[in-house]
Amino acid sequence: MGPMFPGKVKISLFIPCFVDQLYPQVGMSIVKVLERLGHTVEYPEGQTCCGQPPFNAGYWGEARAVAERQIAAFRDAETVVIASGSCGAMVKVFYPELFHNHPREKEARALAAKTFEFSDFLVNKLGVLDVGARFPGRATFHDGCHGLRELGLKKPPRQLLGQVRDLTLLEMGEAETCCGFGGTFAVKFPMISTAMGEVKCASIADTGADYVISNDSSCLMQIQGLLDRQAKSIKTLHLAEVLART
Amino acid sequence: MNVHAREFNESARRCAADLTHRGLIQKALAGYYTKRDENQGRFQSWSGARDAAAEIKWEAINHLDRYLEEFVSRLEARGTRVFWAPDAKAARDYIVSVARRHKIRSIVKSKSMTAEEIDLNGALEKEGFEVVESDLGEYIMQLRREPPYHLVFPAMHLTRQQISDLFYEHLGSEPTDNPEDLTAIARRVMRRKYCEADMGISGANFAIAETGMISITENEGNARLTTSLPKVHVAIVGIEKVLPRLSDLALFLPMLATAGAGQALTCYNTLYGGPRQPGEPDGPEEFHVVLLDNRRTELLADAEQRDALHCIRCGACLNVCPIFKNIGGHSYGTTYQGPIGSVITPHLRGLQDWKHLPQASSLCGACTETCPVKINLHHHLLHNRRNAARAATSPLEKILWAGFALMMRRPGLYHWAARLARALQPLHGLVQGTLLDPLRAWAKTRSFPRVAQKSFRELWRERKTP
Repeated sequence: MGPMFPGKVKISLFIPCFVDQLYPQVGMSIVKVLERLGHTVEYPEGQTCCGQPPFNAGYWGEARAVAERQIAAFRDAETVVIASGSCGAMVKVFYPELFHNHPREKEARALAAKTFEFSDFLVNKLGVLDVGARFPGRATFHDGCHGLRELGLKKPPRQLLGQVRDLTLLEMGEAETCCGFGGTFAVKFPMISTAMGEVKCASIADTGADYVISNDSSCLMQIQGLLDRQAKSIKTLHLAEVLART
Repeated sequence: MNVHAREFNESARRCAADLTHRGLIQKALAGYYTKRDENQGRFQSWSGARDAAAEIKWEAINHLDRYLEEFVSRLEARGTRVFWAPDAKAARDYIVSVARRHKIRSIVKSKSMTAEEIDLNGALEKEGFEVVESDLGEYIMQLRREPPYHLVFPAMHLTRQQISDLFYEHLGSEPTDNPEDLTAIARRVMRRKYCEADMGISGANFAIAETGMISITENEGNARLTTSLPKVHVAIVGIEKVLPRLSDLALFLPMLATAGAGQALTCYNTLYGGPRQPGEPDGPEEFHVVLLDNRRTELLADAEQRDALHCIRCGACLNVCPIFKNIGGHSYGTTYQGPIGSVITPHLRGLQDWKHLPQASSLCGACTETCPVKINLHHHLLHNRRNAARAATSPLEKILWAGFALMMRRPGLYHWAARLARALQPLHGLVQGTLLDPLRAWAKTRSFPRVAQKSFRELWRERKTP
């Protein structure tokens, strides 16, 4: 598939709540990369959270109420780029189900259709692989489950990382195994979540990489949280942070 | 928290922290992954095969009434007695009554998860009948007085040493860690049991409507002996096991072997259709088929989750599930473990009592990705969560999520709350690790990131108005 948007694109950024508060540098890195490629970026201020936490907890009415806010915030947007595979899956895959037979179904589907996860947007919509980044180091890529299985984004992040100068990409044994974050699962079942994370961290450490890269900061929060306690020097980075470096 | 949820939490916590157990399961599954991938490669297209299988099961389940009647009428035409069991008790009572009528002394049984589901062995033993499991893994678990650990590999969590000790204790055999010797020990016991037994009990992998036959796929040959030597046979079959045509087995047998055990085909594949016919030299004199509903028809009535009845009990979803691999099969406390168990147990045993199972998932979707009949497993976990919240909301949770929604619907309130959290975070050290620590469930094993000094929105505003 060729690029869908030749030339300049007006992009509305969806910065999920936890990225807004805990990882704002990820959002700024996305801005940097998109502007470097010559596109216009805007940030609709009415946005908050995609609604995934209540949705996953089973409280779909509350999730709909939150989702309606985002539908309103991005009503006039042409193209929405979202800074997380998981929140991206919420909008693209679960909004249509959440609003099935609801008066806002059409709008929910419209938002789903024009929303793209960051790496998906670069590779599949812009047709860009080389964003002019340089990052000296040895890194391994962790597939966030939602990006990987709900959105089918196995290749795009690797294609982008493959073009980064001075970066050595090492595949880990269990790249596709869940890190154990899972939203409220991580605090409802902390020991299961931790055990899963430990398996993941061991797989990361086996590669000998200095960095773990992912397109989901929520997985990285889990992985970094465990690595810190294990006193490991491996650092987590969002894909956008790597692509922003020159 | 109900008793099932509490037991689950305790067992899951214990197993997740047990590195030896975790290592055993990982080791047991490593060989499976290699062989599974190798044998998936023998299919012209594994994904095409999954599509075809899902379509056949869709057809069978959506016309279950017709196919079941066809299955039964063909069976009955050969003199098989069919009993429609609405629930577990009816099935148990029927089988016990058959055993009583024939004054059965000894029963030999081949592997059946459906029999586990209705606790058939328990019911028969209570009535004084001796039941011996003839599948090696099941026999080991029977000696340990434990339920199967995994629906395909019942004793996968045990070492050879443990099995040798078990045989030594119960059978007085010489200690050995050679798998062939261990198998030979069990085989010696088993051969005697086959000859003594006057009743055999089996399950079914598939029920073929077109021919009225039960298909059993196995590696040990024990089901063949169980179904052919004793004079009375009872097969217990869940109603969802139906396949429309005999030719469907050409797909389903290799698919089940590949997904279930990483094999191209299992060693023995047999079709059973009834008692010994005139002129036949062997086979049971009486053949009973117990068709079990046990709330399957309620699941059938649920259009959203009906595809959970497509399950062929291959266990592939357990083998890839990171939850299963860390908490082990016994933590679930159910007949069916892993993702499929977390989907169907709330339907079979009650949603409110078992809603913790669908909650105990990171929703990674590895199960759905691997399922050979394409059950939307991890989305059904979400559906179960939604149904559970709808039916009986805990007031505290309801308030929490209503508050969350209230905040996230008002960007001003959200940003104010975020600033408050940022201001309070330096004080976190005062409560860290205590019962007042709101982050304790997280922070016991993981560091928590600092709330950023400036949110993205603030950075964005600064950037636009220099």
